[in-house]
Amino acid sequence: MRMKRMAAVAAAAALALGMTACGDNKGDEGTGSGSKSFAAGSTMERLSKAQKIKVGTKFDQPGFGLKGLSGKPEGFDVEVAKIIVKELGIPEDKIEYVETPSKVREDKIVDGSVDLVAATYTINDKRKERIAFAGPYYEAGQNILVKKDDTTITGPDSFQDGTKKVCSVTGSTPAEEIKKHVKDVATQLVLFDTYDKCRDALKGGQVDAVTTDNVILLGYVAKDEASFKLAGENFTKEPYGIGVKKEDTDFRNFINDVLEKAMQDGRWKKAWDDTAGKFGAQLGTAPTINRY
Amino acid sequence: MSVLIDKFDVFAGGFWLTLQICVLAAIGALILGAVVAVLRISPVPPLRAVGTAYVNIFRNMPLTVVMFFAAFGLPALGSNADFLRIPGLDVVFRRLSTDLPYFRFALIALVLYTAAFVCEALRSGVNAVPAGQAEAARSLGLTFGQNLRYVVLPQSWKASVVPLGSVIIAMIKNSALVGFFGVVGDLSQTADQLTSAEGYAFIPVAIGISIGYLIMTVPLGALLDRIEKRQAVAR
Repeated sequence: MRMKRMAAVAAAAALALGMTACGDNKGDEGTGSGSKSFAAGSTMERLSKAQKIKVGTKFDQPGFGLKGLSGKPEGFDVEVAKIIVKELGIPEDKIEYVETPSKVREDKIVDGSVDLVAATYTINDKRKERIAFAGPYYEAGQNILVKKDDTTITGPDSFQDGTKKVCSVTGSTPAEEIKKHVKDVATQLVLFDTYDKCRDALKGGQVDAVTTDNVILLGYVAKDEASFKLAGENFTKEPYGIGVKKEDTDFRNFINDVLEKAMQDGRWKKAWDDTAGKFGAQLGTAPTINRY
Repeated sequence: MSVLIDKFDVFAGGFWLTLQICVLAAIGALILGAVVAVLRISPVPPLRAVGTAYVNIFRNMPLTVVMFFAAFGLPALGSNADFLRIPGLDVVFRRLSTDLPYFRFALIALVLYTAAFVCEALRSGVNAVPAGQAEAARSLGLTFGQNLRYVVLPQSWKASVVPLGSVIIAMIKNSALVGFFGVVGDLSQTADQLTSAEGYAFIPVAIGISIGYLIMTVPLGALLDRIEKRQAVAR
């Protein structure tokens, strides 16, 4: 804690010296947020003065956070993070992206290696015990991937007659969920450690369907539209939020305000259309921000 | 530790499936291993070469790779290993005949891999029989087959049964891999399910799983010890 306070003081001092230069920078960005002043001692003030922010996202999630040839992650999560960062008065190129796979997201927030996390991060009560969520900014849900010409599977109930075989990932929530819908686990369910193996099994005809969050499946549809499609509507709800430190209510409220504004003025929709929306995924109506 | 009692049915189900795959794989590996061993000691050089090549390939390749080839290579070749839907057998071992081929793929991989070790265990037994025995049998006019059947194999059995048992014990432990190649509900995959999906602490689950494997391997080891002692008397 003491180190951080010292860093904040140092940043403030550095900013006081280089105030004019910074002001110019912000003018160039054209966001108009340079004139914004944040409450002293808040996370927003610290970040804004430091002109630097560390954003945690996924590097392997098509449509949401995928690190490609450009060397920077691209996707809906990244775009939403950019909207927030701009509102802080920090230019886009000052964002440092940190890879945060599912298992380490809470840890990275708690130990301060990232300032915020936007990484297909489902809001749930268990996670709220360690960190706090702003948002949701998107509502994902479990869906089913089938071969393009398959008309026999229309939803989770299609597995109840005991003939259709489905694949998911060992130990995942979608795998547990689909167990409620299949008639006989022994003859209908295959579990692998990655979704790629499931996709191969679907391609090879060993299984009839792959099930998990729609966004992951949409990634596969995007890569191979000639072979795959989604069967029906989402049958669970997975609201995605922005993860921040648990005690940092000011920052959370600030992000919530930004998200609400972005949903109204069209930046949210544009971010979607430029990224995950290209796969034909529906954005739906803007989810209601949950200020708990 | 309450998970051991609360989820006893899950552990029992995993144990049953692992036992099934081990019994089937042991039978398959013993048969195939014996065939390969005969090839390796046969007097016909091309057959010897085939046997040697088999052992060199499957003994020296990681089991994971063999599993990978079985689970993802066979489907690519268009096979769902349907020849393993053996009538009669599939009544006892229900997984053999399901539409999901991964139980059969895993079985194939385990059999192919273990057969190489079975072959070597048998061959070491044959080598333990003094050369004079086989020479004497041949000078009596016995054919290669008769020689093996009446003179060499009965004596070699004594020397190979203990290493064979070790091979089978190793195979039982190796079977823990099948859960990572699409077989749902075996003992090791049960651990994954209980810890990652249902949130149980890892150590108690791991203890439960270990007990499951020990129930299979310890009696087998004890049996081997007894056989060894009886042989000592017979000599």
